[in-house]
Amino acid sequence: MSFTPITTGHYLVLSAALLLIGTVGLLMRRNVIIMLMSIELILNAVNINLVAFSRHWQHVTGQVFAIFVITVAVAEAAVGLGILIALFRNRGTVLSDEIDLLKW
Amino acid sequence: MDAALFYIFAVITLAGAFATVTLRNPIHCAISLIGSLLGIAGLFLLQAAEFLFAVQILLYVGGVMVLFLFVIMLIHLEEAAKLRQYSRQWPVAVAALLAVFIEIATFLNAGFPGLPPSPAPRLIAPGNTERIADSLFYVYALPFEAASLLLLIAIVGAVWMAKKKEVAE
Repeated sequence: MSFTPITTGHYLVLSAALLLIGTVGLLMRRNVIIMLMSIELILNAVNINLVAFSRHWQHVTGQVFAIFVITVAVAEAAVGLGILIALFRNRGTVLSDEIDLLKW
Repeated sequence: MDAALFYIFAVITLAGAFATVTLRNPIHCAISLIGSLLGIAGLFLLQAAEFLFAVQILLYVGGVMVLFLFVIMLIHLEEAAKLRQYSRQWPVAVAALLAVFIEIATFLNAGFPGLPPSPAPRLIAPGNTERIADSLFYVYALPFEAASLLLLIAIVGAVWMAKKKEVAE
């Protein structure tokens, strides 16, 4: 069994597929926790892209940028879960379409 | 060997991501997301990004996912797992997905026309972590400080939002 050598394009395809799966989860699930997990998937797809180009150009800046992306993802998860706990305490639900105070 | 490893890690990543999006129980979703993140860590290792590999496992699998699991177990989700799982806006989701899918398919059909060949590897390459540290602390020192400020704000905000409010007398 022989494979073609792995190029940067392979990583880009994988990253695009992961981004698509994350987008599906973000748009279609009702549970806010799983929507947050889908955001993590999307950010990780971006990281795969950054590291692939970092290797393609033999330049380390892409990896530094991936570190910043991870930082933002961690901050987003912490704040998002804090909001989620406050929301569950006040409304007793974590389903996104039952949180409609601002809708009319 | 590299190709086989790439396909193994890619299958782990995509299967974990798919299970994350489709499973009913949030704990199962979190555990599949851990699998997916480990596959991504393997992909980082394949691309000679050893520092990011360690960061991915320590921070994501060890930190963020444990936080997710804590929150899932803190709020009771047994009844939420029995309800309808998908929101009513799925036509919007399918339309957005089709658009992105068509875009990616046309891009792949064109075969990456704008991607020049990569330069030759450097003769004397220092270690991955040293190069990242040089870049992070010399070139990107100001964004690094901004990121630390962001983390401080996120910590304070998360603690403030998650704490119990005293009821006013």
